[in-house]
Amino acid sequence: MSILIDKNTKVITQGITGATGLFHAQGAREYGTQMVGGVTPGKGGTVLDGFSVYDTVLDAVQQTGATASVIYVPPPFAADSIMEAVDAGVELVCCITEGIPVLDMVKVKQYMIGKKTRLIGPNCPGVITPGECKIGIMPGYIHKPGRVGVVSRSGTLTYEAVWQLTCLGIGQSTCVGIGGDPVNGTNHLDVLKMFQEDPNTDAVIMIGEIGGTSEEEAAYFVKEHMTKPVAAYIAGVTAPPGKRMGHAGAIISGGKGTAVEKVAVLEACGISVAASPAEMADALLKIYKP
Amino acid sequence: MNIHEYQAKAILRKFGVPVPDGHVCYNSAGAREWAKRLGDGPWVVKAQIHAGGRGKGGGVKLARTTDEVRNIAREMIGMTLVTHQTGSEGKLVTRVLVEDGCNIANELYVSLLVDRATSKVTIMASTEGGMDIEEVAAKTPEKIFTEAIDPLVGMTSFQCRKIAFALGLTGKLINKAVALLQGLYTTFLACDCSMLEINPLVVTKESNLLALDAKFGFDDNALFRHPKIGDMRDYDEEDPNEVEASQHELSYVALTGNIGCLVNGAGLAMATMDIIKHYSGDPANFLDVGGGATIERVTEAFKLILSDKNVKGILVNIFGGIMKCDIIATGVVEAAKQVSLKVPLVVRLEGTNVTRGKEILAESGLNIVSADGMADAAQKIVQAVKGAN
Repeated sequence: MSILIDKNTKVITQGITGATGLFHAQGAREYGTQMVGGVTPGKGGTVLDGFSVYDTVLDAVQQTGATASVIYVPPPFAADSIMEAVDAGVELVCCITEGIPVLDMVKVKQYMIGKKTRLIGPNCPGVITPGECKIGIMPGYIHKPGRVGVVSRSGTLTYEAVWQLTCLGIGQSTCVGIGGDPVNGTNHLDVLKMFQEDPNTDAVIMIGEIGGTSEEEAAYFVKEHMTKPVAAYIAGVTAPPGKRMGHAGAIISGGKGTAVEKVAVLEACGISVAASPAEMADALLKIYKP
Repeated sequence: MNIHEYQAKAILRKFGVPVPDGHVCYNSAGAREWAKRLGDGPWVVKAQIHAGGRGKGGGVKLARTTDEVRNIAREMIGMTLVTHQTGSEGKLVTRVLVEDGCNIANELYVSLLVDRATSKVTIMASTEGGMDIEEVAAKTPEKIFTEAIDPLVGMTSFQCRKIAFALGLTGKLINKAVALLQGLYTTFLACDCSMLEINPLVVTKESNLLALDAKFGFDDNALFRHPKIGDMRDYDEEDPNEVEASQHELSYVALTGNIGCLVNGAGLAMATMDIIKHYSGDPANFLDVGGGATIERVTEAFKLILSDKNVKGILVNIFGGIMKCDIIATGVVEAAKQVSLKVPLVVRLEGTNVTRGKEILAESGLNIVSADGMADAAQKIVQAVKGAN
């Protein structure tokens, strides 16, 4: 299979009665995802556009057999929703919500230690295995089933890379948006390890941005352990130091985490780095023949 | 969000962290009066602006008499203070902090922040107080000590003692340091800080510890649960366009170029700036309209970009996920009409409802250049702006 999700994955939506939650639950269902229900406390027992609504995640999981959940709950309550899903034993939780207080996420990370749940996000577009299962807010039609894995902190840049691949006739195995927050569930390195193990992934595009050292750590893994070709793009070459560029994570301080520094490390680790965001697929094709 | 030093010290005082006695003053007579009430002096008069490096710019002065306090305050209030962080235009000083002077024996550094590598609040300390910590980290990293704090246990006494010993403190100062560091951690949690920096933390000749300067950064995402902290925001200290942007929930950073950018998603917005530069253009701003933008918000974004007089052309780059292309298109058309757009406009749309979005632009009758892909869009706007010059 691909990584994380496939055609057999049953998914529930936390926050399904909100406008955003319902819109994307419908979108996922149209794409072919087994969207088996949703959770909104106090609205259990109702049915919304064919989706059964449950009061708790545990109820939903027991009734539907779902192993994955996607969260569209507003930021003040989203950390609690993640922990509820973890407590219910959900294997994969994708938190789309943007704007969760970072100290809430510090607690969530601690709470998750020793639990079996994998968290993707928050502040991310979600995960898609093209042609099989879409969990999140990405437009489905830009994807095409295939053998290239994509991992990115940025949602819209993931779409950009995917679209470039699809326009060249190259399909994707799984695309993972890990999110732009400083404290998140899954990082570049975690996803690269999964792609390396996945027999249906032949190559990877990794998209990073300024700030932190997650891309560098992933690059050292590529050098030491990865047998599959990896291309990359780092956003923020022109970002002025000390300024926060939307994502809380995207800030360079004291010369650490600059794009130039990251590109140098990535190239030294054998990664093909795209010179511009329009050349992500081209950068991969330099080292990979589909 | 940032606050002034006097506000920072008031918060620290509330949580039992020792700070010098002092008071904020808006005029010279008030400064003299407060100096009298504080005691016998000497006093320190400190200009209150958000930027660092005030001392070197003449924004921190020692006074030996209350008349001197008054005279210094008179000079400072109304002056434009230029430091390495304000830019050459400087910041107008509207208030000063008058506080007790102290006998400094030693200057240390301590800060708390959320470390993304460990996902924990981490305390960072150094013997090199009063210096720029980034410089210390670059030149003498062995002089920086860190401890990651377990969020379930909190900052333990032994961790505080480790820091205290590393800072070279001895005797009764050890326990004072433990209390102070735990006070800082309590403050950090209670206020949802993203950063809390005490630089310098001083050891006085009387063997006390004092937070002589304090800098807070607050997590904007958590301000909803701290209305009192939100009230401390001083809009005069911020870029007016960035304030305007934040009121419309837009993420905007002004830059120095002439190509205005309107993009959805922080990553794509940064990448758009990068590709403009790649094709030898110069971006005027970073602007992320976010995922849930409304037509009104897009219109405001457009007005904001055009309020920058340097802007000679606009590039709209949208790859819709949550953001629907028809919303962007309607907003662009609406805004272009409202501001009677005179500069070239290149629009690249892809993603959710893209067909409808392109139709709206085409039906508008406006002079909009449509682009396919980022490279095409960047080349077209760079060309259009060059043609205009």
